[in-house]
Amino acid sequence: MLSGPTKHVETADAVMLYIVAVSVLLLIGITVTMIYFVFKYHRKKGHKPVNIHGSVLLETIWIVIPTLLVLSMFYYGYTGFRDSRIFPDDSMEITVTARMWSWDFKYPNGKVSDTLYVPVYQPIKLLMESVDVNHSFYIPSFRIKEDVIAGKINYLGFTPEEVGDYDVACAEYCGLNHAFMYTKIKVMPGVEFYAWYEKSGEVKVNDEKTEGNIQ
Amino acid sequence: MTNSSAVLNQKSFYEEGNTKAKSGLAAWIFSTDHKRIGLMYLSAIAIFFSVAAIIGIFMRLELISTGKDLMDAQTYNTLFTLHGVIMIFLFIIPGIPAVFGNFFLPLQLGARDVSFPRLNLFSFWIYITGAILVLLSLVLPGGPIDTGWTFYIPYSVRSGTNISLAIFAAFVLGFSSILTGINFITTVHRLRAPGMSWFKMPLFVWATYATAWIQIIATPVIAITIVLVIIERLFGVGIFDPSLGGDPILYQHLFWIYSHPAVYIMILPAMGVVSEIIPTFARRTIFGYKAIAISSLAIAFVGYLVWAHHMFTSGMSDTARWIFSLLTFLVALPSGVKVFNWVATMYKGSIDPKPPFLWVMNFIFLFSIGGLTGLVLGSLVTDVHLHDTYFVVAHFHYVMFGGTGTIFFAALYYWFPKIFGKMYNIKTANIGVALFFVAFNLLYFPKFILGYMGMPRRYYDFLPEFESLQFVSTVGSWLMLITLILIIWNLMHGILRGRKSESNPWGGVTLEWHTSSPPPLENFKVIPEVKHEPYDFSQLEDMKND
Ligand code: HEM
Ligand SMILES: [Cu+2]
Repeated sequence: MLSGPTKHVETADAVMLYIVAVSVLLLIGITVTMIYFVFKYHRKKGHKPVNIHGSVLLETIWIVIPTLLVLSMFYYGYTGFRDSRIFPDDSMEITVTARMWSWDFKYPNGKVSDTLYVPVYQPIKLLMESVDVNHSFYIPSFRIKEDVIAGKINYLGFTPEEVGDYDVACAEYCGLNHAFMYTKIKVMPGVEFYAWYEKSGEVKVNDEKTEGNIQ
Repeated sequence: MTNSSAVLNQKSFYEEGNTKAKSGLAAWIFSTDHKRIGLMYLSAIAIFFSVAAIIGIFMRLELISTGKDLMDAQTYNTLFTLHGVIMIFLFIIPGIPAVFGNFFLPLQLGARDVSFPRLNLFSFWIYITGAILVLLSLVLPGGPIDTGWTFYIPYSVRSGTNISLAIFAAFVLGFSSILTGINFITTVHRLRAPGMSWFKMPLFVWATYATAWIQIIATPVIAITIVLVIIERLFGVGIFDPSLGGDPILYQHLFWIYSHPAVYIMILPAMGVVSEIIPTFARRTIFGYKAIAISSLAIAFVGYLVWAHHMFTSGMSDTARWIFSLLTFLVALPSGVKVFNWVATMYKGSIDPKPPFLWVMNFIFLFSIGGLTGLVLGSLVTDVHLHDTYFVVAHFHYVMFGGTGTIFFAALYYWFPKIFGKMYNIKTANIGVALFFVAFNLLYFPKFILGYMGMPRRYYDFLPEFESLQFVSTVGSWLMLITLILIIWNLMHGILRGRKSESNPWGGVTLEWHTSSPPPLENFKVIPEVKHEPYDFSQLEDMKND
């Protein structure tokens, strides 16, 4: 957690950690109090129950404090997301086409591949469209996804900062081979990428089988 | 027995019906007695739950390791669809209102039946018709549906399976839900016992009442959507399918405008049951009665405004995304208020942790996890990563199964002596609760981690790195199977062989405990007059002397 192949990973994981930490505290608080009361006020002990109808002070406290907490969660979640939706002007635009059950990537110079090759540190903007049913372009290691839908172009942006191979999954159910609609994104040093990019036709860089192996 | 009227009144509703047939099947399936209808729903729902749970176990078997273990991908896709459709439309949406709402709403209000008993019977038959249509969609040529319970377009327009029939079944089931809602609302308005003002109603009544409004207002949206999908499928009119010029995102909006409020149809009645059980076993008044009652209405209302949080990655405008994220966080607050008030109700009580209470403790823990992980999904940056992964699968099982499912069992164990006049084995029941806790977390907790690691949902197969956690989850499903068998066996055994129970074994004070167990045909010899607030246990002494 808190470091990864893109800056966005750090942000997303930090927000996750924040919400989970607050949640764990609340969960422990609720559970421990409940169990404590059950032992403390067990009928065997013969206390006479006290009928407390409520307390405006307490109701206020447990509306106001959670409100502040969830507003902060909302805010961090929102800013992290907003930043991931900024597409710098120098982004490389790659067109993504999804079909049952594979992906195509088309580069500015017209080159096409079924694995996504990108140069490291280069902001990328994906313009995604489906030719059939809904799919969803998901890179778990980058903590991003966006649905890929027919008749509508959806965008996704990222700037990879670590050379390596990462899985791309389809996250929107699309029928028989949904679970096998995987491909890879290969983040390469600029030189290597442009060597590939400039060559005509579909050329495979490295061996396809170096799965998830981060150099 | 003689037919002197005094003795007649002692007969329970099992011994005396309101049908021409005095006994046998006809005395049940034509009965307009809300209690018999509740029990018919219970039988049907118990069967559907068991079937869908077994399907779940088979899915877990397939997921025990990578590659094909048991079935092909098409079968798996069909199974998760069926599992979801049955659990949602036949078990959890009708669940508590149809069974316990029917049985206990009139009893808790001090009424002899619901406002429209025949409409009530009709709703039951519509429900059964819908269920039969679901079954037909399995066996007719075309084959069982494989779209997931959400029927997203365009896939559901293209799939060759019996989609039209299956969604028509959901359409029919919707009417059952709407009619039940109308019936309950009228009953609450018109049939409260003398002296029962709105703020003297038990909280289960409040929750059922809020739910009924959602049923009436939200369900027509899904009905209309289904009609549009059927028109599109049969006549090729472009509404949602982009290849015909339609908009698939419009479908998602319409679907969730119903299905998100439906989430509250699932959980609100369960919250109502919790508010009954805790005071009874703590033998003190509920903490924050009005806060709990009003938070039900707040949930019902704000619940309408958050549907698009199911669509954060659908390509909606970024503005819509943050607005829905904000509203989503706000709807979490009234649920939090309830949890805090429940725990506060244990303070300075006299707590007797009998099985129904233990179920509720289970609920508070599991439901809190479900609710708190909902915050992770409500936040945009994290949802974008976790949406449509196993994190979501874990989250909704914690809310629906750990929440509503757990309370379904709690309600059964709480009202069992009232419904059947008998008692189950308390020790076995305690073991059942403990096992359930372990099995549940073993089965579902690994799914949170899997989701965070990037395992998408509705996957027939998975990458090797997910294998060990998937295995743990499958082991959990075996323990869950054993637990469910134990829990249900204990209840069955109690019904058939259980010892006779006292009329009011837990010392409850809401009106259902003011009559004999099981209650007579028209519930009360004399309609009680309400002088106390609902959870005033000082009445207990007087009740014993009655
Ligand atoms: C024995 C208990 C259960 C087991 C073993 C089980 C297991 C599963 C599994 C493995 C999935 C599929 C995950 C995937 O491939 O994406 C699933 C999905 C689902 N389950 Fe359960 N489950 C159980 C009980 C329940 C209950 C009680 C409910 C509701 C009250 C429920 C509602 C659902 C729903 C709505 C889905 C989503 C289906 C879809 O993706 O269309 N399950 N369950
Ligand atoms: Cu796909």
